[in-house]
Amino acid sequence: MSWAAILVLAAGAYGFKLAGVLVGNRIEHPLLRRSISLIPPALFCALIALQTFERDTDLVFDARVAGLVVALFATWRKVPFIGVIVLAMAATAVARLTFG
Amino acid sequence: MCSQCETAGDEGTLAIRFSFDGGPATVSASMTVASTHRRDSVALGAAVGLVGITFGVLASTAGLPLIKAMAMSLLVFTGASQFAAVGVMSSGGSPVSAVGGALLLAARNSLYGMRLSERLTQHGWKRIPGAHWVIDETTAMSVAQDDEVAATEAFWWTGAALFFFWNLGTAVGVVVGDAIGDPEVYGLDAAFPASFVALLGPHLATAPGRVAGLVGASIAIVAVPLTPAGAPILLAALAIIPALLLPNPVAVSPGTTAEEAP
Repeated sequence: MSWAAILVLAAGAYGFKLAGVLVGNRIEHPLLRRSISLIPPALFCALIALQTFERDTDLVFDARVAGLVVALFATWRKVPFIGVIVLAMAATAVARLTFG
Repeated sequence: MCSQCETAGDEGTLAIRFSFDGGPATVSASMTVASTHRRDSVALGAAVGLVGITFGVLASTAGLPLIKAMAMSLLVFTGASQFAAVGVMSSGGSPVSAVGGALLLAARNSLYGMRLSERLTQHGWKRIPGAHWVIDETTAMSVAQDDEVAATEAFWWTGAALFFFWNLGTAVGVVVGDAIGDPEVYGLDAAFPASFVALLGPHLATAPGRVAGLVGASIAIVAVPLTPAGAPILLAALAIIPALLLPNPVAVSPGTTAEEAP
């Protein structure tokens, strides 16, 4: 990874972040505002699905699914935030140890 | 539903919320909410620090020296993009495809920035340094709060905790390298999705939020085998279209009245 590649990536990544912050403030149309407010649920659920089932542009069913199931259950049972994370990690580690 | 609302209790009597834009400090009426989201910010930061170790190990195995790995974590500060760039490079890909794929993954931060800009109390130039911290986790923690003051504070606390732990983790990962073994043995890859599950509650309290979430996850899964890395998450943003067709509930944004909404 060359310095040029790192700096281009850094500039591009910051550019995307800043553009959103600067443009977002100028959007006033109610429909667009509503659209923006619906972005987090759409993207967060997509991220959860990708982080659980994606591996190198393929879909796999592995120990991460155990973590997701435990996280959903723990959240439903109102386990505190850090507890949800620790339980999910433990479930994935145990499933990986058990099933390989 | 939201972890911020439910886990209060053991802490403190009166929480002071200070506004980060230099305004006067205001005493929170909601007692323990502020300290709870501060604790959650640090917890999330610690979990992300563990993932940072994973990144450091990967960077080290890919032949990146400490200074370059640190430059990425300090300057790029977008986990998914960093993993993608180093992964492509280590598997023999060209710098152009490495950076291109990583930027595709970074594009979603624009969408987060738009969402956050209406919740943060900062205006003018103060947004410019803050933009560096606009990522998945800070957005999730910030929009889960009830009001703008709490949302702003959650953004800065989460951003600071993540920036600290992510960079610390990266350094540790590079230095200890292979000595730590395969980080996945510890289930580290479950930390990120689990933290988002815990933060989803308020978003799924309304029908449009649930539709956006369900359709977004479905689009992403279907797109994985068909599109290059980074594209599925952007395509998932199309899920807002079916969600917009539903009647607008009293409060779309999580927090305020979302819990009572049908």
